[in-house]
Amino acid sequence: MGKYIVKRVLLAVLTVFIICAITFFTMHAVPGGPFNREKALSEATIAALNTRYGLDKPLLEQFLLYMKGVLHGDFGVSLKNGREISAIIGESFPISARLGLSAMVVALICGTIFGSTAALMRNKLPDRIIVFFSTLFTAVPSFILATLLLLVFCIKLGWLPVWSPKNPNYLLPVIALSAYPMAYITRLSKTSMLDALGQDYIRTARAKGVSRFKIIFKHALRNSLIPVITYAGPQIAYIITGSMVIETIFTVGGLGSKFVSGINNRDYTLIMATTIFLAVLMVAANLICDLLYKLVDPRIKYD
Amino acid sequence: MDKLKKNPLSTQIDLSKFSGDMFVPATEDEKRQQDVMSESTTFFKDGMRKLFKNPLAVGSIIVLVCIILTIIIAPMIVPYSYEEILSVDGRRDKGAKNLAPFTYSKAEQQYIDKGGTRFPHIFGTDEQCRDYFIRVIYGTRISLAVGFFASVIVLIIGMLYGSISGYLGGRVDLIMMRIVDIIYSLPDMLIIILLKVVLDERLRFTPGSFLDKLGTSMVSLFIVFGLLYWVGMARLIRGQILTIKENEYILAARSIGAKPGRIIRQHILPNCLSVIIISTALQIPSAIFTESFLSFIGIGVKAPMPSLGSLANAAREGLQSYPYKLIFPAIMICLIVLSLNLLGDGLRDAFDPKLRR
Repeated sequence: MGKYIVKRVLLAVLTVFIICAITFFTMHAVPGGPFNREKALSEATIAALNTRYGLDKPLLEQFLLYMKGVLHGDFGVSLKNGREISAIIGESFPISARLGLSAMVVALICGTIFGSTAALMRNKLPDRIIVFFSTLFTAVPSFILATLLLLVFCIKLGWLPVWSPKNPNYLLPVIALSAYPMAYITRLSKTSMLDALGQDYIRTARAKGVSRFKIIFKHALRNSLIPVITYAGPQIAYIITGSMVIETIFTVGGLGSKFVSGINNRDYTLIMATTIFLAVLMVAANLICDLLYKLVDPRIKYD
Repeated sequence: MDKLKKNPLSTQIDLSKFSGDMFVPATEDEKRQQDVMSESTTFFKDGMRKLFKNPLAVGSIIVLVCIILTIIIAPMIVPYSYEEILSVDGRRDKGAKNLAPFTYSKAEQQYIDKGGTRFPHIFGTDEQCRDYFIRVIYGTRISLAVGFFASVIVLIIGMLYGSISGYLGGRVDLIMMRIVDIIYSLPDMLIIILLKVVLDERLRFTPGSFLDKLGTSMVSLFIVFGLLYWVGMARLIRGQILTIKENEYILAARSIGAKPGRIIRQHILPNCLSVIIISTALQIPSAIFTESFLSFIGIGVKAPMPSLGSLANAAREGLQSYPYKLIFPAIMICLIVLSLNLLGDGLRDAFDPKLRR
């Protein structure tokens, strides 16, 4: 186990390093320096700025300097408004984290409930309804669902207020963000629940006269949850990218919408910093899920 | 013969009990009973039969065929083009902005009253006086084409890489698979966004060439798909090949001196065809999803070329007044992705031998 953990952690660190390298060097392949403005600056000013930000040094040294900054939590300044990027991330990430975590929790809880219900009532009406909706929602892109929800509940019916920083309403963004993972987890937990119910230990428990309630919650559900854990890692990646469009649509001022506006403004330092930040987050989430998976299921071998 | 005494326990037939006329040749009628009446079935035929028994798969095939026929035929019938700003009698029609479905602008109405004919705007028009139906049709074309070609690129790269790695095995396999592991652990969407932003700026083609006509945004889309999504396919094919490689017919082929390339092409790839088809069918909707996502955040295909994602994004502007502009591309994406998903599931049920009962 120890060896496995060390191996996975090393792979994760390598991945993060590769991401940083890709991000840095691709961003430096973009034509035009950071000081290209509509109003042309004088040669001397640009040279002074380049020296000030270390841009006259060789690329490799710049990369090392940048990495040193990143490790100290210094991502440089935004090209558009000159603010510290770490401050931008610091103020917008909590909003995104709250949104993403609520969506994840909703998706996991509702997904397993729906999936298990469908498995327990196989081929009955609830099962059919759940299968129908979970198939449907895996085919609806999150941005379309979000725009439709906004159109129907905020604009046409007026039941819910449009998001504003003073009066944040997380309900619709969370629904829009969790719909796809929820549908996927529903399908996944249905198959794993059916699988668990067919196992020998369930039959043994039933033969011994254990109540149906206890069989489902103590024996079947716990084992059927294991595959869901492996899927939670990739789902976090989905939620992070999904939150970009959801936040843009609902005008939630989180990190995702900052990233999208950074892309549209060609704010390269912001794009670079956000990519690295989100990538580290995803790699870490995947790592934790993998380790957790090995931890909860002793049947899995460490290779 | 009589000298030998028959063992009482012997089951040998005593021929002396039968006379010669009991052994007559079988009639034609009797011979025919031995004929195999039903056609012999192959793996492919059996799979197709299973597929066509699945109502969901058949339904999605019908939907897909309808959509494909529409996007081929509609541009021939509808007299507008996707970037054409509407004009009546050679004059720009300024009133044809944001028309509702099946309505005409004032200038068009006057023209019709005078006896002219005007093709109806089935989905209305957009904010730049362009026929919306034809834009949705072209958007569907582009989204489907992106999904299809991206999957083909992924398939080719993944197949080459996976089959080489799986067939050679040993240290080569180890190194090739470590590379795959690293690419696999990269957060694909972020890297795609990053590369797309840079490639859109960097790529320049010689004017007039094929790549130039396709547009930088489209080419960079294929490049990023090709760079990142092949790893899943490569892993899958390598796994398949590792199991197939152990079969006796591969050993037989090798012992009569067949070259590795021939063995891979002739013996191994046809045997993992079903897995390849299934995962390609499921790759198309995910590529369409990714393309629409990129178009939505503004780095997909470039205007005036429409894609379903960019149409949906553009529709957000006047959402309150013209919700139908969102509804049409939205329904189109959902229909395409849903039917491709269901078809992929159907293919998997029909062709994956592991699921056979």
